[in-house]
Amino acid sequence: MPLAYLTKRLLMAVPTLFGVAIVVFVLLRVVPGDPIAMMIPPGAREADIGRLRALYGLDQPILVQFGHWLADVASGKFGSSISLRQPVVGLILSRLPATLELALAAMMLATAVGILLGVAATFWRGRWPEAAVDGFAGLAMAIPDFLWGLMFVLALGVLLPVLPISGRIDPRLETNFATGFYLLESVLRGEFRVTASLLSHLVLPMVALALPLTAAVARVLKSALKEAMAQDYVLMARARGFSPWRIIWREAFRNALVPTVTLSGVQFAFLLGGTVLIERIFSYPGIGNLAIGAVIDRDLPLIQAVVLTFAVLFIALNLVIDMTYALLNPRIRHG
Amino acid sequence: MAEVRHLSLGNGRVLFGAAVVLLLAAVAFAAPLLAPHDPLEQDLLLSFSPPFWRNGTDASYLLGTDSLGRDILSRLIYGARIALTVALVAATLAALLGTALGLLSGYFGGYLDAAISRLVDVWMSFPPVLLSVVLAAVVGAGLKAVILAIIVVDWTRFCRIVRAEVLVQREQDYVAAAVTIGLNRWRILWVEILPNLVPTLLVLLTLEMGVAVIVEAILSFVGLSVASDAPTWGGLIQEGRLYINQAWWMMALPMACIITTVLGFNALGDGLREVLDPVLRR
Repeated sequence: MPLAYLTKRLLMAVPTLFGVAIVVFVLLRVVPGDPIAMMIPPGAREADIGRLRALYGLDQPILVQFGHWLADVASGKFGSSISLRQPVVGLILSRLPATLELALAAMMLATAVGILLGVAATFWRGRWPEAAVDGFAGLAMAIPDFLWGLMFVLALGVLLPVLPISGRIDPRLETNFATGFYLLESVLRGEFRVTASLLSHLVLPMVALALPLTAAVARVLKSALKEAMAQDYVLMARARGFSPWRIIWREAFRNALVPTVTLSGVQFAFLLGGTVLIERIFSYPGIGNLAIGAVIDRDLPLIQAVVLTFAVLFIALNLVIDMTYALLNPRIRHG
Repeated sequence: MAEVRHLSLGNGRVLFGAAVVLLLAAVAFAAPLLAPHDPLEQDLLLSFSPPFWRNGTDASYLLGTDSLGRDILSRLIYGARIALTVALVAATLAALLGTALGLLSGYFGGYLDAAISRLVDVWMSFPPVLLSVVLAAVVGAGLKAVILAIIVVDWTRFCRIVRAEVLVQREQDYVAAAVTIGLNRWRILWVEILPNLVPTLLVLLTLEMGVAVIVEAILSFVGLSVASDAPTWGGLIQEGRLYINQAWWMMALPMACIITTVLGFNALGDGLREVLDPVLRR
C-alpha cells in the first residue's frame, strides 16, 4: 500500500477527532443539573460548593474550560469519576477488554455463520435452503440487537432457564486474572472450568449482537456470489466440469469477498455500538454498561471519557476498514 | 402512477407493512374507544392480576394488571399513540433536516459540501445509541427529548444518501437542459432535482419510522424517555423486566407490540423500495 494513501487517510482522521472533541465538550457543558450537585450531601455550605466547583474548574469561562479540557484530554488526563470515585482511565482500561472480547466474539461468530449461510444459499439456489436463509436474514436484520437480547433473556433465561443472563462469570470462579481478557487467559492457563463459565455467560449477549450482522453478511455474500457466478471464468470452470462446490469456494468466493469484507467492517462499528445496550441488558461489566451508568448518574468525567473512547475506537476501526479495502482492491489503492 | 399502484398491491411486503401501519394508526386514534380502562387508573387491591390464559383472573382486565393495578391492555393501546407520534414527528423532522443538508451539500459542493461532509463524519464517529442516550440525558427526560435525540442522531442517514443521489442527478441531461434555459439554481434544486428523490426519501422515511419506535423504546428502557407513569411500550418493557420472574408477560406483551410495529415499517419500506426502484424491480 503506498505510503501516500496511508498518510492521507491518517491525516483525514485528525479534523474528525477534533470535531468529536468539540461535540463532546459542547454536549456535556449544557448538561442541566450541575454535576457538583450530586456529589454534595444535602445541606452543604455555599463555600464548600464553591470550592468543589473551583476544584473541577467549573467556575471559569467556557473557552478557558475548553482549552484546559482539550489539553487534559490530549495528555490522557480524564480525572476521576464523580460517582465511582476512581480514576476514569483506570476504570475504562479495566472494562474495555470485556467489551472487546464480547464484540470480537460476536464478530467472529457472525462472519463464520454468515459466510456459511451465504454459501449454502448459493449452493442450493432456488430450493428451500435459499428461502430459509432469505427469511432468516429479513427477520434478523429488521429486529435490532437490543430486542433480540430481551427476547433471549425472556426465552432462555426465564421461561426455559438454560443459560445465565447476568454478568460475565460465575462469581465463585472469579480468579485473579492478569489481563482483562478472561476468555483467552483462561484457555491459555488451561482452566477450562473457568472457560466454560465464561462461555456460558457470553453466549446470549454474543448471539444477540451477532444476529443482525450474520444476516447482513449472508445477504451481501449471497448477492456477490450470484454476480460472480455469472462471470465468464465461472462459466469456463463449469464447462470444464468442476463440481459446483469447488466452483463456489475456489473460484467465485474470492471475488465475492471484497464487498463482504467492506460490509463486515462497517457493520462491526454498529456491533460495537450495540454493546452499549446489550451489556446493560445482560449486566455485563464492559464499557457500554459503564457508559449507561455514567449517564444515569450524570457523571461528567466518566461520560466524556467513555464517549471519547467509543469515538476513537470507531475512527480507528474505519481506518482499518479503508486500509483492508485498499489492500483487497487495487483500483482504490492506485486511484 | 397507475403502474406503481398496481405493483404496490401485488407486493406482499407492502401489503403486510401497510396493514400493520394502518392498524397502529387505527389503534392510536381510537385509543379512548378501544381501551377498557383509563391507562393511568390505579387499583392497588388488584395489582398483578394475571392475564386471561391464567387462573385467578379478573374478567375486566383481559391482559392483567401491573404493579399498581393499572390495566396492561389499556396501557398497550395508549402506548400506540406515543409510538405513532414519535415515529411520525421524529422521522419527518430528521428527514427534513437531513434532506436539506444533503441537497445543499450535493448540489452546491465546494466548502459547503466539505463542511457538511465533515460534520457527518464526526457524527458517524459516535455509536448512535450512546449519542441518543447522552442527548436525552442532556435535554432532560420527556417526549420532546426523545424526538430531539432521534432528529439530532439520525439526520445523517438522510444527508448521506440524499447527497450521493444529488451528485448523480446533477450530471443528468435534464439538469443541463434546465441550466441552459436559464433556470436559477434554487429552482433547479427544488423543482427539477428534488422530485426525482421522492421515491428514495419515501423509502428512507418509512424505515426511519421503525428506527424511531426502537429508539423511543431504548430510551424508555434506559429510563430517559417520557415520565414513568406515561404508557410507552419501552417503559412497559422496563417495568416488566423488574417482575420478569413472576409475570413474564408484562415484558413479552409490549415487546410483541414493538416487534410487530418495527417489522411493519420495515416491510413497508423494503416493499416500497422494490416497487419504486426501477433498478431493483428489473
